[in-house]
Amino acid sequence: MSKPYLPEGLPAPAQEPIALPYWEGTRAGRLVIQKCGGCGKHQWGPEWVCHRCHSFDLGWAEVAPRGRIYSWQRPHHPVHPALDGHGPYLIVLVELPGADGVRMVGNLLGDPMQEVTIGAEVEAVFEPHDGYTLVQWRLVG
Amino acid sequence: MSERTLRGRVAIAGIGETTYYKHGRSPDAEFKLALEAILHACRDAGIDPREVDGFASYGGDRSDGPRLAAALGIHELRFSNMHWGGGGGGVAAAVANAGAAVHAGMAHCVIAFRSLAQGQFARYGRGAQAAAASGDDAFLAPYGLMSPAQRFAMKITRFMTEHGIRHEALRAIALTSYFHAQTNPRAVMRGRPLDAAKYEDSRWIIEPFHRLFDCCMENDGAAAVLVVPAERARDMPHRPAYLLGAAQGGHHRSAAPVHNAPDYASAHFPTVARNLWSMAQLGPKDVDVLQAYENFTGGVLLGMIEHGMVSAEEANEFMVPENLRFDTGRLPLNTSGGNLAECYMHGLELVNEAVRQLRGTAPNQVRDPKVAMVIGGPMVTPVSSLILGTEETL
Ligand SMILES: [Zn+2]
Repeated sequence: MSKPYLPEGLPAPAQEPIALPYWEGTRAGRLVIQKCGGCGKHQWGPEWVCHRCHSFDLGWAEVAPRGRIYSWQRPHHPVHPALDGHGPYLIVLVELPGADGVRMVGNLLGDPMQEVTIGAEVEAVFEPHDGYTLVQWRLVG
Repeated sequence: MSERTLRGRVAIAGIGETTYYKHGRSPDAEFKLALEAILHACRDAGIDPREVDGFASYGGDRSDGPRLAAALGIHELRFSNMHWGGGGGGVAAAVANAGAAVHAGMAHCVIAFRSLAQGQFARYGRGAQAAAASGDDAFLAPYGLMSPAQRFAMKITRFMTEHGIRHEALRAIALTSYFHAQTNPRAVMRGRPLDAAKYEDSRWIIEPFHRLFDCCMENDGAAAVLVVPAERARDMPHRPAYLLGAAQGGHHRSAAPVHNAPDYASAHFPTVARNLWSMAQLGPKDVDVLQAYENFTGGVLLGMIEHGMVSAEEANEFMVPENLRFDTGRLPLNTSGGNLAECYMHGLELVNEAVRQLRGTAPNQVRDPKVAMVIGGPMVTPVSSLILGTEETL
């Protein structure tokens, strides 16, 4: 297991029933998100109803683990004891053009001081932790 | 059928606040602070506090109305109201909710207030210390995204980048608040002036647009306003500040989970601003003094743009301190020092300042203002804003 991007000790994601197919997908190295059985559109994050057509028939579908950076931030101030003394890190908001443009939040792997460009192509990296797997992102090419 | 509006129907007749403290420095408990601010607002309006018959607040205020009603021995409680949503997004909504209750005859004399003692309770700038994150946070906290600044930062990055707005536009907002605080005896940052060099030297909270001075303080204190029918306000000691317009809410799916709002790079005012201007029967050019909630300077700019006070295209040129000062400004902004430098009272201090400006009693008094506007906490959902006016604007 390679070293995770951020130090251990941050809150672990609760494995809530509504999101289980997503978490099971990440453990298998697949990006699986909600897809509406009524109108066929993808939706994120986990929800009980389709925001478009009001169908409760929200299934799950594997989507291409590729996206574009929609926005970003480089926090310096530690917001959690686990981050004290860690230094700056990168958070990106990634848009998935292959899944109706839903967006996901993750860290951008690599040098935390690298220049970040909105629109840059990224791909998912599955980062295993004790009991769950996080979806991280790295620049393509 | 009479027109459905609050325009000119109710007024703020009393304002009050406690001493403002640095966070954790209040010698008093949060509930006591709330009581003090409310008693001051009643004294300012010249009424017996037992006459108050309603309370409206927001941001999950812990000093609940029924408990206040008991402590103040009020004769009868007719209206208790908590506005959904975190932070200061609900500041104008709380005043409007008080006004709506008064106008609808559900109550006669309603306090809108906010009390905060962050020494007694937790601070905002650190994430929750729980071992597991659930709901939206399950997809945010494990990536180190926990604080309010972080929740909003990517909206600012996207908007500023898309429109080519430079950080100096945000710096001007911080400099203006600190400038105004230096002559405001209530301001926590009085005696702590800020200049461009000190701003530029300040540490990063979050790149690329949040230096230390772009972020609000956290403070202890309380503030309150008393809302009564317009005709009653005319018989009270101070010049009434009439509510000309108020709106709250958010645009299409602005609260969509995990940063999925379709119109993302927004402070969430597009529809709220439209409804505000419509009720007030005014436009951006009519505003003489603006109090815009600074959680972060980027939110102030977005809120101003979405209310039409400045366009994204002219932001680099317009957003300089000279245009925002009480004495030289084309649009005087945050004339008390606001959340950045007077006190982070979740924006209620901005309402009090708007009333003082219309009364002519502000420390940094704008010359003869008729219309004062308050923009509540940008980028949360729901947000809210309001417009107050003097007698001649009715
Ligand atoms: Zn659907």
